[in-house]
Amino acid sequence: MGTTTTAERPATAAPAPEPTRRPGRRFRWTTATSYTVLSVLALVYVLPFLVQLANSFKTDAEAAADPLDLVPVPPTLNAYAQLFQGLPFGLAATNSVVVALSVTAGRVFFSCLAGYALARLRFRGASLVMAVFLAVIAVPPVVLLIPKFLVLNQLGIYNSYAGLIIPLMADAAGVFIMRNFFTSIPTSVEEAAKLDGAGAFRTFWSVVLPMARPAVITITILSFQASWNELSHFIVASNSPDLITLTKLVAQLASGGQGQATQYPLKLAAALLMTIPVAVLFFVFQKKIMSTAEGAVKE
Amino acid sequence: MAALTTTSAATPPTPRRRSGSARRREAGAGWLFTAPALALVLLFIALPVLMALWVSITDWRGRGSPFEPGVPVVGLDNYRDLLAGGGLPTQDLGTALRNNLWYVLLVVPTQTVVALLLATAVNDKLLRGRGFFRTAFYFPSVTSSVAITVVFLFLFSASGAVNQVLSWLGINGPNWFADPDGVLHLLLGVVGVDSAPAVLADHGLLGVSWWEWLAGPSVAMSALVLLAIFTTSGTFMLLFLAALQNIAGEVSEAATMDGANAWQKFVFVTVPMLRPTLFTVLTLGLVGTWQVFDQIYTGTQGGPAKTTITPAYLSYTASFTNGQWGQGAAIAFILFAIIIVLTLVQRAVLRER
Repeated sequence: MGTTTTAERPATAAPAPEPTRRPGRRFRWTTATSYTVLSVLALVYVLPFLVQLANSFKTDAEAAADPLDLVPVPPTLNAYAQLFQGLPFGLAATNSVVVALSVTAGRVFFSCLAGYALARLRFRGASLVMAVFLAVIAVPPVVLLIPKFLVLNQLGIYNSYAGLIIPLMADAAGVFIMRNFFTSIPTSVEEAAKLDGAGAFRTFWSVVLPMARPAVITITILSFQASWNELSHFIVASNSPDLITLTKLVAQLASGGQGQATQYPLKLAAALLMTIPVAVLFFVFQKKIMSTAEGAVKE
Repeated sequence: MAALTTTSAATPPTPRRRSGSARRREAGAGWLFTAPALALVLLFIALPVLMALWVSITDWRGRGSPFEPGVPVVGLDNYRDLLAGGGLPTQDLGTALRNNLWYVLLVVPTQTVVALLLATAVNDKLLRGRGFFRTAFYFPSVTSSVAITVVFLFLFSASGAVNQVLSWLGINGPNWFADPDGVLHLLLGVVGVDSAPAVLADHGLLGVSWWEWLAGPSVAMSALVLLAIFTTSGTFMLLFLAALQNIAGEVSEAATMDGANAWQKFVFVTVPMLRPTLFTVLTLGLVGTWQVFDQIYTGTQGGPAKTTITPAYLSYTASFTNGQWGQGAAIAFILFAIIIVLTLVQRAVLRER
């Protein structure tokens, strides 16, 4: 572009400063535009959370009158107090912690075991097992909503912690992530361990697993995030108030199922508190999450 | 598989009997190690699908076990009621499919384009604050669908933040989540078309007239469309970003040398090289959007005027609210079939060229 414009100009014009100044000016102009556009977009992505934070410290009337006012004067802790007084927020939080930690521990351990076996151990039927894992990955979770209830009912673990936890441990994707990782690391260290007479589990536990730290961290984050944010499974796995989880409680608050009509500060506060654990996890492992291609894929 | 052969080839020569028992022990360990994960997957994914397939051909009403002898087997009646009955079940399924179809048509292309543009922008090595922008765009993907739906219910409430911003622009915003009007109907209303032409009103599919199929997403559903784009674009941005970083700088430089400008480079060099990722993102998008449930359960419960019911939510209410488990299971399998067929179609379309 620069050359064409210069060529059209009469040759008498001083050519030296022209080409350097023009692209320079245009460059700065596009940069400014792209920064402006990106900043506006970033604001669109961040503002909902700021609005949420600010309004959770307001009274119902203030939140309705001026939702965009980001500095509540004076801030009130009413909404937060209500969560712990009239509502089972503490119980739901405890249940969510218990369930998410158990599910994560189970998923990570079983995925590592199976992934290692499929990558390294020779046994008849291994390819069939692989095929099963591959096939179940294709089943959309929502289709399992009713079917899962049928199984839990049949097994007699409807309305129990076991019913909340164990089904969520089924995780074919985790098995594949671990298998791919184990296939990608060299076998020499394990062979040394084998020569020393270590059994398969010893080799796995004290030699292989420590080497697999990056992949283990990845599936730990994915598992925790998925089980913490899970809703539909908890809906079909229990209806007992003692087994309520945070997602279920907040969903009920939102739809007025706990007697709340339009108490937005209360709902926003509850949603904010339940976001904290995954947000902390995100900021701690940010570098790691941002560089993993698998990412956490949410529906 | 390659790794397995290497392991055995590298095994040093040992007495034959011991190597045989070692192999047997290895096979035992192999099964032992895979057993828990395999059992979980069979018990909670494979078995449920088979059980639900059975329930979908019965009229089980939720009492006792669906496998008891007294449960009436109705064959394909549930499917027939839903697809060809013409009654309320057909109409509800038709409405749910209409709602979800508009949702998919709007969310999938938009989230893909937004994710690609965001990824391209934050991949720029000269951009300052790349880390901040990436974090800002990705953060909504981390939060739970329940929490973010609560925030959107507030933002899009009658006197909410969105309407406040609109009022600065002189626009009187709708009461989003309570407005059942179809967006296309509203647009047609602007140009003076207020009622259906007889051709569209008198004929239809699945108990829903063509005029209603063409209503577009309701205003309430549109807010859910925005919510979906907001929460998923960050996830897909990461997928595109990973792919962009794998495109060698030389290719881009070569294109510049050949005289391509930034836009030409993007369209003719970058996008074709992103083809595999594009395929992944579209597949995940398609599969995900046909399963929308959490946002409906938390936010609208199918309302207003059934304009946000989706097949997934309908399957849930048919079973858990109305006790018609056979019908609920049949809806789940119809949804399953739709997802599989659309994925195959999309694969054929994208792979051919």
